[in-house]
Formats: sequence, structure tokens, C-alpha cells
Amino acid sequence: MIEIGLGHYLSLGAIIFFLGVIGIFLNRKNVIVILMSIELILLAVNINLISFSIFSGDIVGQIFTMLILTVAAAEAAIGLAIIVVYYRNRGSIRVEDIHGMKG
Amino acid sequence: MIIHSIFFYFFSIIAIFSSLMVITSRSTINSVFFLILDFISVGCLFIMVGAEFLGMILLIVYVGAVAVLFLFVVMMLNVAEQKQSWFIGKKSTHIPTGLIVSVLILLELLVVVGGWKYKKDVMSSSNLILSETSNTHQLGLVMYTDYILYFQLAGIVLLLAMIGAILLTFRERVGVKKQSYINQISRNPETAVKLMEVKSNQGVKIDD
Repeated sequence: MIEIGLGHYLSLGAIIFFLGVIGIFLNRKNVIVILMSIELILLAVNINLISFSIFSGDIVGQIFTMLILTVAAAEAAIGLAIIVVYYRNRGSIRVEDIHGMKG
Repeated sequence: MIIHSIFFYFFSIIAIFSSLMVITSRSTINSVFFLILDFISVGCLFIMVGAEFLGMILLIVYVGAVAVLFLFVVMMLNVAEQKQSWFIGKKSTHIPTGLIVSVLILLELLVVVGGWKYKKDVMSSSNLILSETSNTHQLGLVMYTDYILYFQLAGIVLLLAMIGAILLTFRERVGVKKQSYINQISRNPETAVKLMEVKSNQGVKIDD
């Protein structure tokens, strides 16, 4: 309990991942919160990679973390641009109002 | 060793609490605030465990760019007003949440600055990477040699994201005066200048 090991960091990553997934499913308000939940999930993955990298003494895990950071930034930019265009066309970004594809 | 545990529990409890608040918060702008707090907590955790470069990148890129982008979009899309019309009678003010988040961030930064002084005690808890070169140095040695292809692919991904975002949100506006290079270049003195004979005490009628 006092000695912090790899398990503690992996548990933290798992909890944040779980909260992100729950956020995607529970959210009925707007799409921006879903994007934020995706960011939480990617953050949890980063925690896992960095803790493995540190505790096994291999620096390569941190390089993959940098690549994930890059992809997450690109995904946030594209997703927010899509949301802005959608709001401009429809005037609402509520999850219930987005049913153009009858999914 | 005990310091490492205290720091870990401090930051991870704040991280879990703020990620819980991100998904349960009633107002979207409060969610963005707690997302910022979450990024800062996890960044401090990275710095504490020894991945200093990535912790700083998380603070700079995520808090400085991505979260502020979220904030911009939330403010631009007028989601807050939409929200108030759904929950009638709930006057939402963002000042208490903002104060809580900023005080917590200040506390975390103070803790990290204090922890930097006792870095050797913190780091020697287990088999962490302890070498003479810094974390940034090690990362650079590997990233610019073995993983240069991935590095450049990441650059291409960012470039494509930038082009895609601009292309998606670009729209042609009507009635806005813009510079036209073709018209400027293709002017010549014959069409641009007109010489007129002006009689005394009589004006010149210019058709425009």
C-alpha cells in the first residue's frame, strides 16, 4: 500500500480509462463531452505506456507516448472542426439531435 | 519512499476526481475546466515518476493548446446558453468551479516545486531509470535515430490535421472585400488612367 509500484500506476490508468468509457456511454448532452471522454481514454493509455516504460527501464515506451499525444491532438482538432461545421449547419450539437444517418 | 507514496496518492486522487467531474458535470465549460485539472495532475505524476519531458509536453501541449481549443469551441458554439434553456431556473455561474480548479492547480504546482528539491529521495523508491543523462537527452537519442521515421510520420499527421481543420471550417463569405491578385497584376496604364480636358470654371464628371 505504501510502496508505490507498477500496479498502482496501472490501476490509475485503468480507472481513468473506465471513467472515459463510462463518459461516452452515459453522456446524452453534447458531443464535446464525448470528445473529452476520448481524451481521457488516450490519457489513460499514456499513463500505462509511461509507467511500463519507467518501471522496465526502456525509453521506447515514452516515444510511443509522444506519437499518441500527436494523434490525440490531431483528433481533437479535426473533431472540433467537424463539431463547428455541424453546429453551423444544424444549430445544435445535442446527441439526441444528431440522427442524420438513422443509426 | 514515503514521499513518493504521498505524492502519488495526492495527484492520483485529484486526477480521478477531476475525470469523474468531467463526465458528470452539468455544464460543458465546467467539464473543460476539470479536463484541464486532470491533464495537469497526470502531467505532475509523469514529472514525479521520471518522465519529465513528457510531463512538460502534457502541460504545454494539452493544457496550453488542446484544452484551450476545447474552451474556445465551447464558448463559440453558445452551448452554455443552450444548457440554461434546458435546465430552467438554474442560474449557472462558472466562478466557483473556476476558483476551485485554479486553487487546486496552484496547490499542485507548489507541491511539484517542493518535490523537485527532494527528487533523489522520491526517485530511489524502486528500479526507476536512474542514469547520468537526463530524460530529455535519452528520449532524443532514441527518437532522432531509431524512430526518425515515426517522428516524421507524426509531423505529417499534424500537417494533415491542420489542413483538414482549415478546409472543414472554411467558408466563402459574400459581400466581403478581398484582395484580388489577378486584377491587380493585369492592370495597365491604358485602362487605369484616363486623361481629360478640364475647362476653366467647370468641373469634371467622373463616372464611377
